[in-house]
Amino acid sequence: MGEQKGMTIQGNMATALGAKLCDPDVVPAYPITPSTLFPEKISEYIADGELDAEMIRVESEHSAMSACIGASASGARTCTASASQGIALMHEMLFIAAGMRLPIVMAVGNRALSAPINIWADHQDSVSSRDSGWMQFYAEKNQEGLDLMILAFRIAEDERVLLPAMVGIDGFVLTHTVEGVQVPAKEDVDDFLPPYDPPHGKLDPENPMTFGSLGTPDFYQELKYDQTEALENAPEVIDEIFDEFEEEFGREYNRITPYKCDDADIILLTMGSMSGTARAAVDEMREEGEKVGLAKMTVFRPFPGDLLKEIAGDADGLAVVDRNISPGFGGAMFAESAGTFINESKSPLMKNFIVGLGGREIFKENFKEMYEKTKEAVEAGEVEKPVEWINMNEDVMR
Amino acid sequence: MSKMKITIGGINKEAGSSKEYKTGSWRTMKPEVDIEKCIQCLKCLDYCPDGAVTKTEDAIEFDLDYCKGCGICERECPVDAIVMIEEEK
Repeated sequence: MGEQKGMTIQGNMATALGAKLCDPDVVPAYPITPSTLFPEKISEYIADGELDAEMIRVESEHSAMSACIGASASGARTCTASASQGIALMHEMLFIAAGMRLPIVMAVGNRALSAPINIWADHQDSVSSRDSGWMQFYAEKNQEGLDLMILAFRIAEDERVLLPAMVGIDGFVLTHTVEGVQVPAKEDVDDFLPPYDPPHGKLDPENPMTFGSLGTPDFYQELKYDQTEALENAPEVIDEIFDEFEEEFGREYNRITPYKCDDADIILLTMGSMSGTARAAVDEMREEGEKVGLAKMTVFRPFPGDLLKEIAGDADGLAVVDRNISPGFGGAMFAESAGTFINESKSPLMKNFIVGLGGREIFKENFKEMYEKTKEAVEAGEVEKPVEWINMNEDVMR
Repeated sequence: MSKMKITIGGINKEAGSSKEYKTGSWRTMKPEVDIEKCIQCLKCLDYCPDGAVTKTEDAIEFDLDYCKGCGICERECPVDAIVMIEEEK
């Protein structure tokens, strides 16, 4: 096994480097803040002769995903990058990529959706496409962004899965922040990720076949069931490949990673870069004797309800921290966490905290406040206000 | 219901397999031709949106596996040799 090389790079460069190590054949992309550096780096790798890939410069994100679909259907390992309005514009094509079972990998620089226009960190863009059938991975730091790109290709292309995957890194907080990463040796990634040979068929003039044909009412529901089952069976494959990655490269990944949860009365459930701040807050609260833990969700789709039950099933309170909002209900992770426990005889009381929208900072004090509010609900034995917005700037409220 | 099985991603591995898919079942009306009246001008063949009309020795015939019963042939026939009649199923 080759040695890993230390580098100090921005998040977009980490995801681009992760992609490069996977030798993509085709990269159609339309640059958008905050993931622009990804296509820039890919184009640089190609120009410098470091990567033998076809880069397609398209006129929109809708075209980018369309080109990804065509490329992947021909058997090419395909990736792209996008964010925010770009993901919204390719929404239609996301469903098609998943329905056609094409293992495309997309690096996402997670960013808020307009209006008002905002380029900063927020999970709304990818969370809003959770029904498209893509797998969704979220990184806490740049190292995870790099590793998850490699893992995403491997999991997506597994013949038991064959579904596209997004790897989210928070806009600016990770995309433009320089951090140290360990870069696996190319030959080790080659061993870990065999060449993509689509087992279900590929576009080939020598052996013509049809992709994306009509699914009449006689077949549509069965095809959707088949696709849904593939996503619901993916956790087993994900766990197996996460374990193999840890053996090969020494870094541990879990669909949800618990931290100090064993004896915790109250658990904070987080996703993305905020998890580091939450962990520091948990450490400080533990020093003060509070029995608090952290559950960091890395895989949002397929939703890891089985692990959530294992980790938080015995806790008194669960504070679900969402960097997204489904207006008219609450955060998406909250809705799904609540759904996870719906038929359980024992469930933690749940509170939902909406934080960090449009790049709003999330501080350790905010997590302490969420903990206190959840503790109050647990002590009162009821949740008076299930959804609360945290770190609001009351001075600007009208 | 068809006897065809679904595939991963709905990929259809056989080229030209749409021939196997008979779409005429949507029809509620079907055309009939009076071969005595037919002058073989073949306007019906040109106007049929589904290619469901072919020329025969004496007149024309309809491929009812694909005819949707739209009635364009009846409307275009200059000698009223085609009439649409209710499909019996």
